[in-house]
Formats: sequence, C-alpha cells, structure tokens
Amino acid sequence: MTDDTVVDLSGVAFGYTATPVVQDISLQIDAGEYVAIVGPNGSGKSTLMQLMLGLLQPDTGTARLFGEPAHEFDDGSRLGYVAQHASASKEMPITVREVVKMGRFPHVGFGRLTESDWDRADRALETVGMTAFADRRVTQLSGGQRQRAFIARALASEADLLVLDEPTVGVDAESVEAFYDLLNALNDQGITILLIEHDLSAVTNHAERVVCLNKEVYFDGPTSEFVDSDALTRAFGRAAGIVGGQE
Amino acid sequence: MTTPTLQAGALDALLSPLYWFLDAWSTLLSWVGELTGLGLLQYGFMHRAILVGLCVGIIAPLIGTFLVHRQLALIGDALAHTAFAGVAVGLFLNAVIDLGVSPYLTAVVVAMIAALLIELISETTDAYNDVSMAIVLSTGFALGTTLISINAGGLTVSVDQYLFGNLSTVTSQSAAILLVLFAVVVGVVAVTRNQLLYVTFDETAAEVSGLSVSWYNRIMVMLTALVVVGAMQIMGVILVAAMLVVPVAGAAQISRSFTESLLVSVVLAELAVLLGIAISYYAGATAGGVVVLAAVGIYVLAVVAGKLQTAIGEEATPEMGSIDAGGAAERSPSGGQAPSDDAD
Repeated sequence: MTDDTVVDLSGVAFGYTATPVVQDISLQIDAGEYVAIVGPNGSGKSTLMQLMLGLLQPDTGTARLFGEPAHEFDDGSRLGYVAQHASASKEMPITVREVVKMGRFPHVGFGRLTESDWDRADRALETVGMTAFADRRVTQLSGGQRQRAFIARALASEADLLVLDEPTVGVDAESVEAFYDLLNALNDQGITILLIEHDLSAVTNHAERVVCLNKEVYFDGPTSEFVDSDALTRAFGRAAGIVGGQE
Repeated sequence: MTTPTLQAGALDALLSPLYWFLDAWSTLLSWVGELTGLGLLQYGFMHRAILVGLCVGIIAPLIGTFLVHRQLALIGDALAHTAFAGVAVGLFLNAVIDLGVSPYLTAVVVAMIAALLIELISETTDAYNDVSMAIVLSTGFALGTTLISINAGGLTVSVDQYLFGNLSTVTSQSAAILLVLFAVVVGVVAVTRNQLLYVTFDETAAEVSGLSVSWYNRIMVMLTALVVVGAMQIMGVILVAAMLVVPVAGAAQISRSFTESLLVSVVLAELAVLLGIAISYYAGATAGGVVVLAAVGIYVLAVVAGKLQTAIGEEATPEMGSIDAGGAAERSPSGGQAPSDDAD
C-alpha cells in the first residue's frame, strides 16, 4: 500500500446471512483513478461499495480507506456519495442550493455555515452548470439535473473520492452522456472516481479500469483488456454480449 | 391574575422560576383581555392553555417536519399511546404509594423508553415497519387501560383529560413542565439542525459523510416523545399526532425550500392552535378536536393555494449551464448559462 492508496481491500468476505455476498476480494484503488465496478444484479456491487466506505464491516479480511480501517474513518469531508436518486420520488420541499450546502456540513459540525461555505456551494453549482436551478425544488428537476445537483454536493464537500452507485438509473440518454463527461472532467482534476454501474457501455466508454464482480472478482484491469476478455461471459453468464450495446 | 396552586416538593422548587414567568404571562394576557374585551382572556387556566398551545404550535411542526419527510408520520401516534401508559403509571403510583408525581412526568419517562424501543426494533430489523409501530402503540394503550382498570377505585381523576385534552386542566405545574420540554426540543434542534436535515434527506450520504445516523435517529424519536407529552395536555392522546403531521403536510404544499417549509408549518400550526382554542372556548367544544379540525381546514386551503401557485407561477425551465470542471473558480463563460428566472 502506498500513500496514494485510497481504498485497500484485502481478502474481504461479507454475508448478511451465513451465505457470503462477496468473498475473497482483494483490490486497491489509488488516488486519481477512475474505476468502475460492474456485475450482474445481486453480484454484491453495492455491498462491496458499502464495505469500501466502512458502512459495513467485513466478516473476514480488512478494508481500509485513506489508510485507516474503513469503519473507523471519520473524515466525511473527503468522501462524496451519489446514489440512484433519479428514480427517488421524495416530496420533500428542498431546493438545489439546500442540497448542495449539505456538502459543507462535515466541515462545520454543529456550527453555522459561513459565507465561504456558501461560496463553495455556489461554485460547485457553477461547476456542474446548475446555477440557474439553485432555488428550484429538487423534486421539480429531471433525473439528469438531480444527479448533477448531487455531484455538486460532493464537490462542495471537496471530496477526494467520489462514489457513485448506479447514478444514471432513470436518467435520459442525453443527460447520461453529459453526466459522464462531467465525471471525466472531475477525474481530470484529480478526483478519484469509483463508479458502480450495470450500464456496460458507459463503463467501457469512460472508466480507465474495470472490476468485474459476481461474488468474487472475475476481472480487474484496464478497460481495453476487459472488453477483449471473457470475464463478462463468466461473471454474467451467457446473456452478456452487450458491451457497447446498451443505450 | 392567576395564583398557581403549588404543591410542595422538589419539582416545584425546580420549576419556581417558570412559575414566575407564568405569572407574568398571565398578567400580560389579563391586561390584553381588559384592553380588547375578549372574554376568554379573563381566566387563568386559559392563559396557561394559550401558552401551552403556542409552544406546541412551534415544537410539534418543528419535529414533525423531520418525521413527515422520513415517512415516519405515524410514530407520533405510537408514542402518544405509550405516553398514555405513562400517565396511567403515574396515576397508579400516586394512588398506590402516594408518590405525588405529575402524570406528565411519568409520561415523559415511559414515552422516551418506548421511543428508544421503537428505534431499537427498527435498528435490528433494518426498517421502521408499521408492524413494530402497531405493536408498540397497542401495548402502550393496553398497559394504560389495564393499570387504570386495576386501580379504578382509587382514581379520583378522570382519564378523559389525557385522552382528549382539556384546556381547563392545564395546571401551572404541567405548563411549567411543558416550558422545560419546549426549551429542550428547540435547543436540541437548533444545535443539530444540519445533521437532522442531512439524515432526513439522504441517510446513506449522511452516514458516508461521517454522521452517526443511528444516534440522530434516537435523538429524533426521543424529541418526538417529548413533543407528544407536551402537546397531550391540550390535544389529548388520540389527536396529538395530528399536530406533528397536518401543519407540515400543509406547509409542504406551498413551500419551495426546507427552511421555508419549517417556518410555514409553524405559522400554520399557530393559526390552527389559536383558532382552535378560541372556537372551542366560545363553542364549548373539546379543544383538541377543534384545533385538529382547524389544522385540517388550513391544510385544505394550503393544498388549494399550492395548486394555484403551480398553475399561476408555471416557470420557464432554465437551460442548464455548461459543465465547468476545469475552472470552478471562474464564472461559467458560455454554453447557454441560463437567464436567471430563479430569483423569485
């Protein structure tokens, strides 16, 4: 492990019951990488993400985040998390700016947001091109706009690691492209991106490295090698000839 | 001016500064009553009832806003019924061992324990499920009715006031207890508002950002227990949950932001409380019921206003600006940065 290692899993296994959901997982993610975790439904992708972030503790093996045991890691400002919000239908009245300012909460604790916190939130909105929507209710946004707002929240927190769990579910195709362009641009700035995705075309077009998972790691390497490998067929079973084929 | 009937005891000694405040409040309202000729302001019990109502009109929607948006609207109902068990425990202890404790205090203790129990069940089963809520609700009510029936001969106080609420039975002691609950609830929310908002809106992201979601959930349910006991005096066990839910639902119809919805829900709740207390006084009806009916009436108006607001103020959708990941510090230069129609 080097100082640049962001995520370090070693021999990790975890199960909600006696049957493991993931097992024998060892991998490292270094600062600045753009890694996609792919796998069929129920392959343990989201569980693996939760283990990496310390939301779950491994039954065996070790999970470290920025060099600390993942479940003890408490500098939330270094982490940004974006889930499948596009399909969520919460009727909560809350504006885009209020969502983005949450990114500053780990910095202020029980205190008030300062002017510089608000500036940081506004800059994050500007970065994702959502300034014009700042005072809109989040529920009024399209799926793509909503996901940009959540990215802005992660940017406002000045996260070093951005974790996205199937972020484009329910987002229209055009917005999906723009969304991945944004991730590429952020990665170019040095932000480590960890993307959990079932849309294989998005992964092969954008990520630098692919981890193909189905309980165990079937492939871990550069995206170009993944496309040529048979990992997909082995991990997904026979219905997997869809690289580049999904919208 | 009212003269509080003070019971001797440590609790009263602790609450004495608040009795002074209650006296001052009563003097103020008597003066307003003389000035305006409002009949309902002649009585000391009404002064206390109005104060309790005003406090409930703040703390109930304050906590309710967080509950409703987590789809936990029914937790207030469950806790109210366990608070009733707490009242029964207090009445039972007073009758059997002559403890002389306020039933509202035992209600606070029992409701807090029940709140933690609900939270524990939800943590171990990974969900706030309606079954566990229904079990806690029925257990509370069953315990209450059982204790009261066992001890029926010894009870001189009717339980009606706890079930349905009663303006005229708000004593100085229970009003003072409410003021303490009010201070605790407002104080805790003021300090933890950011954390409660984050946990309410996005539990997983809040946990990733380093917040202990389970602790904030526990804080939330315990504050709910405090609000429920506080509001029970005038609302009664059966209707208390309405104050946590109805003004918040109304505010959600007409508010754009979370901060606005908090403020609007307090305003709607205060309107309902004042309107309800006044109508119930002049119509000789139960305050709890009238307050809830007023709140529901206001909710219906808010729904209509919300629809009108949407119909009239249909905003043009602004264009999204270009992604500017490379130069976050600079102004976004091009790419159709939207005309700012969002300033309203």
